[in-house]
Amino acid sequence: MTDPNTISPLDLETPEKPFLDANELVINMGPQHPATHGVLRVILRLDGEKVLGLECVIGYLHRGVEKIGEHRTYTMFNPYVDRMDYVAAVSNGLGYCETVEKLLNVEAPPRAQHVRVILTELNRIASHQLWLGTHALDIGAITPLFYTFRDREEILKIYEKYCGARLTTHAFRIGGLQYETYAGFEKEVKNFLDFFRPKIDEYEELLTTNRIWVERTKNVGAISAQDCIALGVTGPVLRASGVKWDLRKAQPYANYKNFDFEIPTGQNGDTYDRYLVRMAEMRQSVRIIEQAVGAIPEGPIMAKVPKVMKPAAGEVYHSIEAPKGELGYFIVSDGSTQPYRVRVRPPSFVNLQALDLMCRGQLVADVIAVIGTLDIVLGEVDR
Amino acid sequence: MIAKFKGMYGSGIVPLTYAGQNYMVADRSLIPEILQVLRNEEQFDYCVDITALHYPTREKQFDVIWVLYSFARNERIRVKTQILDGASLPSSVPIWAGANWLEREVFDMFGIRFDGHPDMKRILLPDGWKGHPLRKDYGILQQDNEWVQINLGIESGQ
Repeated sequence: MTDPNTISPLDLETPEKPFLDANELVINMGPQHPATHGVLRVILRLDGEKVLGLECVIGYLHRGVEKIGEHRTYTMFNPYVDRMDYVAAVSNGLGYCETVEKLLNVEAPPRAQHVRVILTELNRIASHQLWLGTHALDIGAITPLFYTFRDREEILKIYEKYCGARLTTHAFRIGGLQYETYAGFEKEVKNFLDFFRPKIDEYEELLTTNRIWVERTKNVGAISAQDCIALGVTGPVLRASGVKWDLRKAQPYANYKNFDFEIPTGQNGDTYDRYLVRMAEMRQSVRIIEQAVGAIPEGPIMAKVPKVMKPAAGEVYHSIEAPKGELGYFIVSDGSTQPYRVRVRPPSFVNLQALDLMCRGQLVADVIAVIGTLDIVLGEVDR
Repeated sequence: MIAKFKGMYGSGIVPLTYAGQNYMVADRSLIPEILQVLRNEEQFDYCVDITALHYPTREKQFDVIWVLYSFARNERIRVKTQILDGASLPSSVPIWAGANWLEREVFDMFGIRFDGHPDMKRILLPDGWKGHPLRKDYGILQQDNEWVQINLGIESGQ
């Protein structure tokens, strides 16, 4: 074999010898690709099977939510936020309601806070279930999808009974809750927990030691804690890289400080660790709901809020730990009935920026795995 | 924290508080330095958000806001500056890589340019679109009809 060092520079410059491998291939993925979880277009730069880099083209679902917010009253805008991250509508509502409450200087009563925590944590489980099912399906395991959708149904049934909607729930109101819990709510939530606890083990039995799953996820799309922070990546992706940071603990909102739970973290920041972190988060959510459901305090469910909301001129930034990361709202009031500006800081949008870095050097097939593991919802990316 | 900046830069900084949240309005000329200091000396290593506000009746029409967070301090800070329509700002991508898409969104929605940004182009709206929708003079039903007709082959998007 010729030693590459002995080849004279002249040889490298001869154009008569085309190296087919050296040709970069640019291919387009999406926006209608089923594994992009919506309408995400990715332009891939490939060297054979290896990804050299990629660019995301987004905006296909842009509906101008922030512009709409400036033309609706505070109350009217509330259901719009459900349509951003439509698999975690309850979380979006919690963030929005709490931000406006801060602006109005009111606080939801303890009973409302408690029910909010229960519904939001159920939502976290539902969101992670949907992520697990679709992520596993993308990688080629079809069974988890049936399992998770079957079990998610139980959560949606609770939502439907509570507020009439399954997906875009509009469960919370500014100042508390619109609806009192229905008769048997606590019992049904408890039943769900008893039903769901062994189901997490079932999911894990299917995947955690499954050889194909491990091969497809271990050391795939790894990202370091340093890169996560530089890119502003939050949520399970950040935690899987080893950063023990969760807004429920770092800057507690609602009444999360009353509950005992842990922040699961990973070490390698790869797809497998993110899978483990989200599985552990579902268990922690179960733990929070367990504590909350037995101790819902009596009392009113709405704080005293004016019928016509006119917060004094000012601005508030408030954020919550949504299932996907830090979901922030920056609302500016000019003293009128409509917000002067509603800015949404969507976790999916910021996390998606890391896709390029995470996919570099990986195989084309791994791009699918990485998109899945980022857990993006395009409704939230594009707003 | 903000008091410290006030001590350092004097009249260039206006400290404000609303609903228990402290923020500061800094002079445009101080922005590059303040952002550097916040990142490198005060450990604000996470750029949470960059956004803007439009006040069409004001002389300096735009407010640009940086929301920063420090993991070490568990503290959030908001820096605000006012700029004229058409004025640009230095990009903070060299400071926080995550500022990339956030600045592109500000450009897309408000038309504010960030100098030194590696890829200053629209992000949510199509490249050829005219107008910046989050400006107050852009109507809620307004669209770039020309773009819609050429690219979608329909009379109007409404």
